[in-house]
Amino acid sequence: MDYGHSDRPAGATPLPTAIKILVAGGFGVGKTTMVGAVSETRPLRTEEVLTESGVGIDDLSGVEEKTTTTVAMDFGRITISDDLVLYLFGTPGQDRFWFVWDELALGAIGAVVLADTRRLADCFPSIDYFEGRGTPFVVAVNCFEGSRQYRLDEVQTALNLDPGVPVLLCDARQRESSKEVLVTLMEHAMKTREARRRAAGSN
Amino acid sequence: MTVQGESADHQWVDDHAGPVVRPYAMTRGRARPVTGTFDLISLVTATRADVTPEIGIGPEHLAIVGLCQRIQSVAEIAAHLDLPVGTIRVLLGDLAARNLVQVREPQTTAGLPDNSIFEAVINGLRAL
Repeated sequence: MDYGHSDRPAGATPLPTAIKILVAGGFGVGKTTMVGAVSETRPLRTEEVLTESGVGIDDLSGVEEKTTTTVAMDFGRITISDDLVLYLFGTPGQDRFWFVWDELALGAIGAVVLADTRRLADCFPSIDYFEGRGTPFVVAVNCFEGSRQYRLDEVQTALNLDPGVPVLLCDARQRESSKEVLVTLMEHAMKTREARRRAAGSN
Repeated sequence: MTVQGESADHQWVDDHAGPVVRPYAMTRGRARPVTGTFDLISLVTATRADVTPEIGIGPEHLAIVGLCQRIQSVAEIAAHLDLPVGTIRVLLGDLAARNLVQVREPQTTAGLPDNSIFEAVINGLRAL
């Protein structure tokens, strides 16, 4: 990552390993805020332009003339070491862009589902999606000012979560709080992976 | 560049009007790269400090080579050049076919040999 790389011999650079974590949840729940809170740069935005074939699963009634759709994703980067780079991707807010989610979720090490207790149902599609795919996830309740505080077990029950899924409170604006969410996710993902390996080995 | 009906309403006055060159023009109409798959977090680095323009290598290719003097992910290249990811993939395919960039596809969780990456990320996050 330094200028020393520019005089390397061609083709000989050992490139670091990249891994990704997804930050999902309903519209306006603080996904990009969380990405920005822990990223080493301001969140970047990348766009996928989807053509007719890509939007085929959408209900296009009334917008038949629209043949392309742009889906924006905000993301950030944390350089863990010279060998390891972590990327955080905010999933597109519109739940209908499942094919973009599929691309994002492919190879993702885990996901944070951000929840707002005032609109808890907004995170149902994300939870269903990661449960269905077997992607390890944690639920982080973003504590908005003025929202009623619920106990974590109440949230767990309301979301009908598997008891093994960590639920924690966070403030997506705060770096320390967002870091804690990511650490909890990584620990959960590691445990999930070990449990699956044991299960596979005992068969 | 000509604008139909040159009224004030239709003049392209700033970036909000969108790119003058459409993304598909940069890829000469191609939607798929000639080689490679290029995940959003595939890491790319240029194999040379400089590339001389040649047939099939346009300004956008040169911009990618310039950007990839430092290691960048496909998503970062797209964000910095303000181009759709699909366009970047096609351009990267051209560069990879000429060995002008080196690409590392990301690790999948299933392919990890042990917990060392998890532990490294946890320790790295705590140290931030």
